[in-house]
Amino acid sequence: MRPPLGICRGEVADPAALQKLSLDIGQHRPILRDAAPVAYGFAGIVRCGRPPLEMPMSDTTAVALSPETVLAQMKQNGVTDVVWLPDSETNWLYLLMQAEPTLRLVGVSREGHACSIAAGLAAGGKKPLILIQNTGMMESGDSIRGWLLGLNVPVVMMVGYRGWTRHGVTTDTAATYTERFLMAFGLSYYLVESDADAGRITTAFEEAERTRRPVVVLVGDEYHGFNR
Amino acid sequence: MMRIAEALEAFRPFREDAVVVPGRGGRYWVDRTTHPELDVPLGDPAMGGHAGFGLGLALARPERKVVLFDSEGDILMSLGMLATIAEQAPANFYHFLLDNEVYATTGGQPVPNAKNIAYDKLALAAGYPRAHAFDEIADLARELPAILARPGPVFVALKVYPEVENAPIGRRSRWQTRSRDQVLKDLRGGLGIA
Repeated sequence: MRPPLGICRGEVADPAALQKLSLDIGQHRPILRDAAPVAYGFAGIVRCGRPPLEMPMSDTTAVALSPETVLAQMKQNGVTDVVWLPDSETNWLYLLMQAEPTLRLVGVSREGHACSIAAGLAAGGKKPLILIQNTGMMESGDSIRGWLLGLNVPVVMMVGYRGWTRHGVTTDTAATYTERFLMAFGLSYYLVESDADAGRITTAFEEAERTRRPVVVLVGDEYHGFNR
Repeated sequence: MMRIAEALEAFRPFREDAVVVPGRGGRYWVDRTTHPELDVPLGDPAMGGHAGFGLGLALARPERKVVLFDSEGDILMSLGMLATIAEQAPANFYHFLLDNEVYATTGGQPVPNAKNIAYDKLALAAGYPRAHAFDEIADLARELPAILARPGPVFVALKVYPEVENAPIGRRSRWQTRSRDQVLKDLRGGLGIA
């Protein structure tokens, strides 16, 4: 683990190192299964008590996850269908997806429905993506168990991380229980917060295919790039 | 009312090369099917999801009829799914409902408001273009060819006798002859997408 030297002391002795650090934020490995809940692997930044926004960023895209980036990841990974229920981050992405002719949007009224629909799509040879919010993911527990894990469905679930904060003070219980839920189900997950993290979405697709299991991408960019 | 086995027997001659998701009718279908590679007898992966699975299959394989035998307990758990199916409107989706008015696998307790729900009307209200309801096997047998000859999505509610299981789950005889993995592998082979 990289020592959080410069950040903790408020020193910027090596701008190059700091830039590297900023790109690594959120390079948040799938949380270890034996890790304590909310034990984020953020290279000490959270423990430092210093908001990462204090780090220099070259432009706003470095701190935002743009919907164009997410759409590009979907296309790059061959997604055919997006089974989804809107959350607070996805409005602009929705407009982009609607305009994308290679994608079919399947809207659901309860997130658990997305699991069985995705299972059917996958059984028929398609490549679905599930796009929901963490609250709905928790509501979907039995469907994740039975339809996704039970049928070995290699699907990526992009989950809006409502309540996520890097500052260590969580006031929204939706965030409090999100990673605990994922750990309870043994689901591997990756956090994305900015365009710099986009490669992690591809990593999730690759892992889902390799393991024949659902893999979760937590979208921790509330009210930024997704909601212009 | 009709028996589940009678309903499936009435359907069998018209199956052709449709994909069949037998749902809770699976135990009565495994001995009747002539295309097991196109059957998806998954048992009960998670209650309430059969309609979604059938929809997903129908959307994935628009060239192929997908016939689902759902149950009223599942549908009640996922009424919103009817709206999603109606919106997607897959022309190859044939949604049958086996309504025995009870939770048969847990001893036969009635589903909520069992005697008073018109599932065909629920489907129509959700946006299905066509829906039917049959209490008698003779009526179903007479209308089935026409129902299957027209494009979907269509909803067909069938009143069936409850065939209640009371033995603890661990003591029940398994009717599945293949694992779920094998079922899905066979399906992909049958659909030519292996």
